Amino acid sequence: MKVFYGMLLVALAAVLAVAMAGLPPRGEPKAPSHLAANAVGAPVAGTYYIQNAYRDARTPNMVTVILADYRGFDTLGETLVVFTGAIAVLFILRRRTP
Amino acid sequence: MREASTSPIIQVAIRGLMPVIQLVGLYVFFHGHYSPGGGFQGGVLLAVSVMLGRLALGMDMSQVVFRTGIAVGLSALGVLIYAATGLAALLAGGEFLNYAFLPIPGLDPPGLRNLGILLIEAGVTVGVMMALIAIYDEIVESRSETSVIATFE
Repeated sequence: MKVFYGMLLVALAAVLAVAMAGLPPRGEPKAPSHLAANAVGAPVAGTYYIQNAYRDARTPNMVTVILADYRGFDTLGETLVVFTGAIAVLFILRRRTP
Repeated sequence: MREASTSPIIQVAIRGLMPVIQLVGLYVFFHGHYSPGGGFQGGVLLAVSVMLGRLALGMDMSQVVFRTGIAVGLSALGVLIYAATGLAALLAGGEFLNYAFLPIPGLDPPGLRNLGILLIEAGVTVGVMMALIAIYDEIVESRSETSVIATFE
């Protein structure tokens, strides 16, 4: 059984390696994920951010614009998660003195 | 953990390190518009500088740097800064967190968005920094209480 699992893992690693070799290079403008429309013809969401991030917010860091502006509500949730986590830890750690 | 370190090397090193870490933290926070960084990372760096002071100077001496007990409230304030920025845009006629509607005169929509991102990053920085300090202080407090109980027993 161990041999079978080992062979299965090697086979999966081979599939992964072949798939990796077929990926376009990093930052390739003609990569499918960077085109304005995908193979079906529907618009790709990421292209809008890349083309309009600086024009919309005059901020060179595209990641910051997406994180704090386009997806500001998501980041508000993240901050709330950190705050709620801290409150929960405090309630666990704080010793009640009756 | 509560007492100051007796090593003079640590005492001298901490005096040089703390302001530098705080400066790097502020730099990471303000430079989030131009390079990797932003509220979460800057807040963690600022919190680390305070924790370093707590470790080296002891709880009593480091009260000068940051007082124990106010961190939880300030953490809530950080989240409130974030939410208030969104609410200000909502009340001024836009959508929640649509910074282009922030009621600040003299700026065009992209400039307002730039400023809005800075405001919410400030909220995130305060929130994360104070949350970490609150957790650290609470751990130290609960530890010292258990040790007191142990000595009595």
